[in-house]
Amino acid sequence: MITALELRDVAVRRGGRLLFEGLRATLSPGEARALTGANGSGKTSLLRAVAGLVRLDAGEISFGGAEPSEARGAGLHLVGHQDGLKPARTAAEELAFWSHWTGGTPESAAAAAEALELTPLLELEVRRLSAGQRRRLALSRVLASPRTLWLLDEPLSPLDARWRQRFGEMMAAHVARGGMILAAVHDPLPLPARTLEIAA
Amino acid sequence: MSRLSTLLSREVALAWGRGGGPLVAVGFYGGVATLVPLAIGPEPERLAAVAPGLAWVALALASLLSLERLLERDYEDGALDLLTLSPTPLELICAVKCFGQWLATGAPLALAAPVAAIALGASPTMAPLIFACALAGGLAFAFMGGIGAALSLGARRGGLLTAVIVLPLFVPPVIFGGGALDAYAAGLPWEAGFALMAAYALAAIALGPIAMAAACRNALS
Repeated sequence: MITALELRDVAVRRGGRLLFEGLRATLSPGEARALTGANGSGKTSLLRAVAGLVRLDAGEISFGGAEPSEARGAGLHLVGHQDGLKPARTAAEELAFWSHWTGGTPESAAAAAEALELTPLLELEVRRLSAGQRRRLALSRVLASPRTLWLLDEPLSPLDARWRQRFGEMMAAHVARGGMILAAVHDPLPLPARTLEIAA
Repeated sequence: MSRLSTLLSREVALAWGRGGGPLVAVGFYGGVATLVPLAIGPEPERLAAVAPGLAWVALALASLLSLERLLERDYEDGALDLLTLSPTPLELICAVKCFGQWLATGAPLALAAPVAAIALGASPTMAPLIFACALAGGLAFAFMGGIGAALSLGARRGGLLTAVIVLPLFVPPVIFGGGALDAYAAGLPWEAGFALMAAYALAAIALGPIAMAAACRNALS
């Protein structure tokens, strides 16, 4: 169980280039932070580092006392640029698999699909979905299983104004339940959030 | 249904849908078996002498075909990232993916192997041994092949690199399996060759996923 996220003097290097160093930040239950910075500043790399997918050059990431591999395995969701959805599978198959994989149930998957108005689309192959529908399907995975920390990489970019607002409300509800969100964005998040800026 | 069995059924489904899946491997295998008489001549005696060995080498080559996509697509589309974010160790995930590969490709090839060998002139009495060798050898090919697939993640022309990495790892099962088949055809004891190949397959199952997981972590980071 993740009870907090703390970044202590974190540095990440990619392809021999130092993206950032000395980064310090905390995220407490019931808090969202908008991760901002120029293109290539390292926002995605920081999210992946928190998820344990990128090695730190220096510093430490802790999860409020939880063992990092357990915290990452059971306590966080990552929605990145690549959504991991298979074009030849149906939306229902993909949602059911990922929901189960991350600890959800068929009921929670159905509720997530309903919340994101995906139910009429579930029998379509992923390749038939529009970019916005596909993003909603990717986002439905975070609703389908209860995990505390959401790491979102430009989650709203392919969504229209209505869905930006709706998913903003869902993020706000997650935060209100004591969840935590760290979201890389270029536009302001549609909910109260402190900013964590990565300087170029 | 447990996470692993869900992953296994997904892997098999994806393998079947992956550009024809096992049909491509079996088709390639049949194609190679058809080309051999055209290359070395149709004399039954000559073909019968080389049939078991040729069927065996063709099986190893056909197993290579689908290895490139064992992990590459999951790596490219982000699914591998998401698979790691579960309580299931990456080593087990890799093992399930290899087992799925074997179910989807190795098992159909094992069914085709006796047919191809007999078509080339092998004795029909060899069919059960060829099938058993192909099943056990297919496990070795899948799990050792997975190491090559993981090591070539993210590389340009990864399929070629996978083949270059994997072919040396295919040498022991090719030698042991081919040896068992030759010994059987000559009326000699074949059990030792088969046992060595089965031992290699077990070693591949035990060690392959560990190496694969390390290579995957390196590629992801």
